Amino acid sequence: MKKIFFALVLSLFTLQNAYGLITVDITRGNLDPLPIAVSPLHVDSKSEKISSFETSTLGEEISKIVEKNFKSTGLFNPLKKDSFVQKPDIAHLKPRFEDWRLIKAQALVTGKLLIIDKKLKVEFRLWDLTAAKEMIALSFTTTPNNWRRVAHIISDKIYERLTGETGYFDTRIAYVSETGPKNRRVKKLALMDQDGFNTKYLTLGNELVLTPRFNPTNQLVTYLSYFKNMPRVYLLDIETGVQEVVGNFPGMTFAPRFSPDGKKIIMSFAKDGNSDIYSMDLETRVVEQITKHPSIDTSPSYSPDGKYITFNSDRSGLQQIYVMRSDGTQVKRITHGSGLYGTPVWSPRGDLIAFTKVRKGRFYIGVMRSDGTGERLLTENFYQEAPSWSPNGRVLIFYRETKSDSKGKGFSAKLWSIDITGYNERRLKTETDASDPSWSSVLSK
Amino acid sequence: MKFNKAIKNLFIVLFSTLLISACSTAKKAQVDTVDDVYTGTDTVEFLAKGVPDRIFFATNKSKLTTASRDTLRKQATWMRKNKDVTVTVEGHADERGTREYNLALGERRANAAKDYLMTYGVSGKRISVISYGKERPVNPANSPLAWSQNRRSVTVKAN
Repeated sequence: MKKIFFALVLSLFTLQNAYGLITVDITRGNLDPLPIAVSPLHVDSKSEKISSFETSTLGEEISKIVEKNFKSTGLFNPLKKDSFVQKPDIAHLKPRFEDWRLIKAQALVTGKLLIIDKKLKVEFRLWDLTAAKEMIALSFTTTPNNWRRVAHIISDKIYERLTGETGYFDTRIAYVSETGPKNRRVKKLALMDQDGFNTKYLTLGNELVLTPRFNPTNQLVTYLSYFKNMPRVYLLDIETGVQEVVGNFPGMTFAPRFSPDGKKIIMSFAKDGNSDIYSMDLETRVVEQITKHPSIDTSPSYSPDGKYITFNSDRSGLQQIYVMRSDGTQVKRITHGSGLYGTPVWSPRGDLIAFTKVRKGRFYIGVMRSDGTGERLLTENFYQEAPSWSPNGRVLIFYRETKSDSKGKGFSAKLWSIDITGYNERRLKTETDASDPSWSSVLSK
Repeated sequence: MKFNKAIKNLFIVLFSTLLISACSTAKKAQVDTVDDVYTGTDTVEFLAKGVPDRIFFATNKSKLTTASRDTLRKQATWMRKNKDVTVTVEGHADERGTREYNLALGERRANAAKDYLMTYGVSGKRISVISYGKERPVNPANSPLAWSQNRRSVTVKAN
């Protein structure tokens, strides 16, 4: 992944006073999504032809991606384009607000694009139709092949302006692609845009791979590989494809995650039947043992400030969730409800921990405060686990498996997402069956 | 007439045999697990005559049952007799747990088997362990029976 994909020239034409303009409240399930009209971006007639795609419909395509992103949040209701009355170029200059209000739109997105000197120049505006005011005007330049990311960046900026939260559309998902029968699954590391496009496979499927996790800058993935039948934590550079084993452990290492500053990998190391939590500094290669207990300690995840670690242990006899300081001191059990708890993951905002709960043979994805209070179970199913946070801490992605018959037929594994409000549960499209998702941070930050 | 009657009798005999065998399979499925541990022989393979290759566990547990210890002693005897044999003990979990915890659990089960083999005189150098967690079910069905068959450690000849 290139460090700077975009020569991102964000220029604010105008800065309106935000006072009194529309806002979208995302703190509760939204039963009344905001009606928004996304006008196709006007394609400047001076635009050069590009061999890899059709230029003339590019504005239309970008607006469709923006609409799809908005729809996926459950917070917006993108209106049908056939009811639009104004031409894209005219609307972009100055919309006739009363025309758009007539179709019950409350917000309008307009824009235009020009391809010149092999560069794609885009500008867009967000309009508050009730107040008859412009809310954002931004422009940027990139290479034409990045046109899908243009749509995601536009979506992020508008989402941010309307909700007050950072967006999560210009992001990727790393996951494990699954094919073949249940007892002989072929698993590959895969990478796709948040909306399911641009899927890339990072391994060939020759060895079992599990649990990929992004580093904070999204250039590296740490994961578990059974290369040469030795299950070890690996590090993969996505752009170069270079892989290396993390550390020199005389046994299985697993359940890796990066520290929030990206300098360390924290993981479990299993020795003589006992799994403890270790960290390794990627620069100095210094290994530190963090837990020392004869029970299973696994699934560690740092708090965003790096001061604490939440993890999974069966030291009480059954799987529960614990929090400790990142040096391993002050270990405290935080789950006490009935059932088993696993896969704790600290929210990027720091306030919540997401988890998997198993109770009476059913699997739940839930969230709780980092002291274990305020548990809320968001979704229940036959089998689901491994939540991963959207970078703004509003949405969880996880995987769900279906029940199979006596021959293992009917089995599937798919990625799903749900808002932490418990609303807006939806399946993500993937080329193959999929599991172990990891949500990247925003690429264009 | 007589011939017909003979056929009729044959059918009755056949039918009742079917009934009996149906009863016995139903009964067998019931006794295939004791205290959540699989006790059947359906998935079991043999390292040598009379030496089963695998042992089974209760949900989330790695404790060896009486039957498991008996199996492992047979394996130990066999390994002591065949001094050049090395083995890998593969630890597995059922699919009803989180992936990462199951990896640890599989490792703990494989080591429980390894430790017992060592107690009965097999050098630890001849035994390596690997955990597959829930990744390699022997029975892909979604049923308590399948899950009990999948909660296992399997001793595999490595050379």
